[in-house]
Amino acid sequence: MLEIRDLHASVGEVPILKGVNLKVSPGEVHAIMGPNGSGKSTLAYVLAGKPGYHHTSGQALLDGKDILSLLPEDRARMGLFLCFQHPIEVPGVRLDHFMRAGYNAIRKSKSQEEMDVLKFDKLVNDKASTVEMDRNLIKRSVNEGFSGGEKKRNEILQMAIFEPTLAILDEPDSGLDVDALRVVASGINQLRRPDSSIILVTHYQRILEYIVPDMVHVFSNGQIVKSGDKNLALEVEQRGYDWLENVPSSNKQV
Amino acid sequence: MTNRSNKELRQYIHAQEFFEDGVFSEDPGWARNLRQSAMANLKQIGLPTQRRGNEEWKYTDVRPIARTDFQLGTNGPSSEISESDLAPLSFGGINWIRLVFINGTYSPDMSSLSGAGKDITVTNLSEGMKTQPDLVRNHLSHYADYETKAFTALNTSFVHDGALVHIPDNQVVTEPIQILFLSAPQYHTSVSHPRVLVVTGKHSEATIIEGYTGPPATGYLTNGVTELVIGEGSSVKYYKAQRQGQDSYHITTTEVILGRDSNFSSVNIDLGGKITRNNLNILTQEENSSCKLSGLYMVTGTQHVDNQVIIDHAKPYTTSRELYKGVLAGSSRSVFHGSIIVREGAVKVNAHQVDKNLLLSDKAEADTKPAFWVYCDDVLCGHGAACGQMDESALFYLRSRGLDEQAARGMLTRAFVNEVIDNIENKQFRNYVDELVENTLEDWLNE
Repeated sequence: MLEIRDLHASVGEVPILKGVNLKVSPGEVHAIMGPNGSGKSTLAYVLAGKPGYHHTSGQALLDGKDILSLLPEDRARMGLFLCFQHPIEVPGVRLDHFMRAGYNAIRKSKSQEEMDVLKFDKLVNDKASTVEMDRNLIKRSVNEGFSGGEKKRNEILQMAIFEPTLAILDEPDSGLDVDALRVVASGINQLRRPDSSIILVTHYQRILEYIVPDMVHVFSNGQIVKSGDKNLALEVEQRGYDWLENVPSSNKQV
Repeated sequence: MTNRSNKELRQYIHAQEFFEDGVFSEDPGWARNLRQSAMANLKQIGLPTQRRGNEEWKYTDVRPIARTDFQLGTNGPSSEISESDLAPLSFGGINWIRLVFINGTYSPDMSSLSGAGKDITVTNLSEGMKTQPDLVRNHLSHYADYETKAFTALNTSFVHDGALVHIPDNQVVTEPIQILFLSAPQYHTSVSHPRVLVVTGKHSEATIIEGYTGPPATGYLTNGVTELVIGEGSSVKYYKAQRQGQDSYHITTTEVILGRDSNFSSVNIDLGGKITRNNLNILTQEENSSCKLSGLYMVTGTQHVDNQVIIDHAKPYTTSRELYKGVLAGSSRSVFHGSIIVREGAVKVNAHQVDKNLLLSDKAEADTKPAFWVYCDDVLCGHGAACGQMDESALFYLRSRGLDEQAARGMLTRAFVNEVIDNIENKQFRNYVDELVENTLEDWLNE
């Protein structure tokens, strides 16, 4: 599915990622944890192709193909989906129009027929119930005036509609109260499938009580410094990150 | 009067003499006097070619207009003008009342007045001078300043044909009244002076749509003046669409007088023109009147568009809302100069002004200049201005969902302009503008 090999990347001129190695197999959920500024979100942006975030060496193979030089839209068309930590407000663009335009652009790139408005509306309605999203929001401008929780639900709704093969969730839990967290987490859990993978970037162990990961990786200073199973998250929760920061770069499992 | 301005005006002086002896000669004496005094004023003030110390014309250089020897266009042989020449302005419904002017001259053949009810007046101004002399004489040129404003004086020096609309008390005119000005120069450089007078009685409603078009590659000048007098409790929607050629000059002045409890809403669309200047002056003459003014300009190449809006809040409890937006490509330039005046004693005035510009190129430039003169304490005034390139994070958000860059840019630009288009209440006109914008963006983004 995804294989990252010795990935180095910079934001502007500043090196942030300093040799990341990661392998995610189909059906797996990998949690990436780490303190602020460790490079977790940068990894998400580099994989999704955000302008200004460029790789300096290494590879990221999605289904065997290096995606690092592709345009963001081409990565999306290959099945990559970034769930934004801070979803962007787009005044004047209706959410349903936006989603349908993206959905159909992806279908078109695969020489599939575009989905008409009626069918797409039905799809959106079906998926909206899985994330308990207020249907009125769907006819409004993208994220404009949405609460923090509504923005996060909107990201999960889009993920449910796009059915990516690789979803990268950048702190889907940040700023959520327990009820909203439960809804978002259950939305994500419903999207776990044997043929798709999830990378879940988070600062807190809390969400991992709802979404049980196959692997947990701890980031520090642009590298994965420790990998393990779900118990690593609990250890981090108890001990904090300090004890890991001096661990030499390694992908060895505990 | 300097020698230079004398030289610049010579063509107009000669043309006026020519027309006074010809087609203008049957107009009533007061109209002839009006034209004479307007020309006398123009000779005094000259065209505003000096920009130093002239705030009004600081950003817009009219020297190319002053230097051109324009011919006052007369109506060419009617066989040369056909319905297809009006195609760029074809937004009207079948039943709409339509007045058509070719080079400023009324064209009865292309006009359609059959939809007008018997109580309302829609006619050619020179006809109205004879059939409704009191109405015309009591309003024409009473509001547009031909004493100190050169282009208004120039227009008034040739006031003869034009649109006259009168809606009496308690009349609701549901279908829009279209007033179309077509420049069809038989000379490369011709000039026309479109004139419009709209007067409504009490508690009436009407929609007025002005359209301006002409051939793409000739250097004609359109110098229009519109006066709208809106009676007590009346509501008028005023839409203006300008699709002149890229080498043409478009100067217009619109004066709006608002009666008690009246409402005025306008949407001004500019796509064409090498130099475009719109003066929109609103006077809230009576209490509790309100206006909502919107504008959209989309320019490219070396186009220059300048909107000057002055709202004079003369009376208490009056409100104004302004939303102007521009999309600038190429090396184009825009100016928005919005002034709000609140007179002494005009309590509870509520005024808000917004101008936003989206720059699609590094070479485009937008100047926004809000100005407030507030002589009363108990008021609420605000303004916002923004100018910038497309939001990169929004662009990435759209692309991360599979849209290619061009589609994403198109979608964001549409979203930016839709806020103005949404203010067009008439469906046909809104669809027309929608399509225009779509086609314009498609051309630009494909370049």
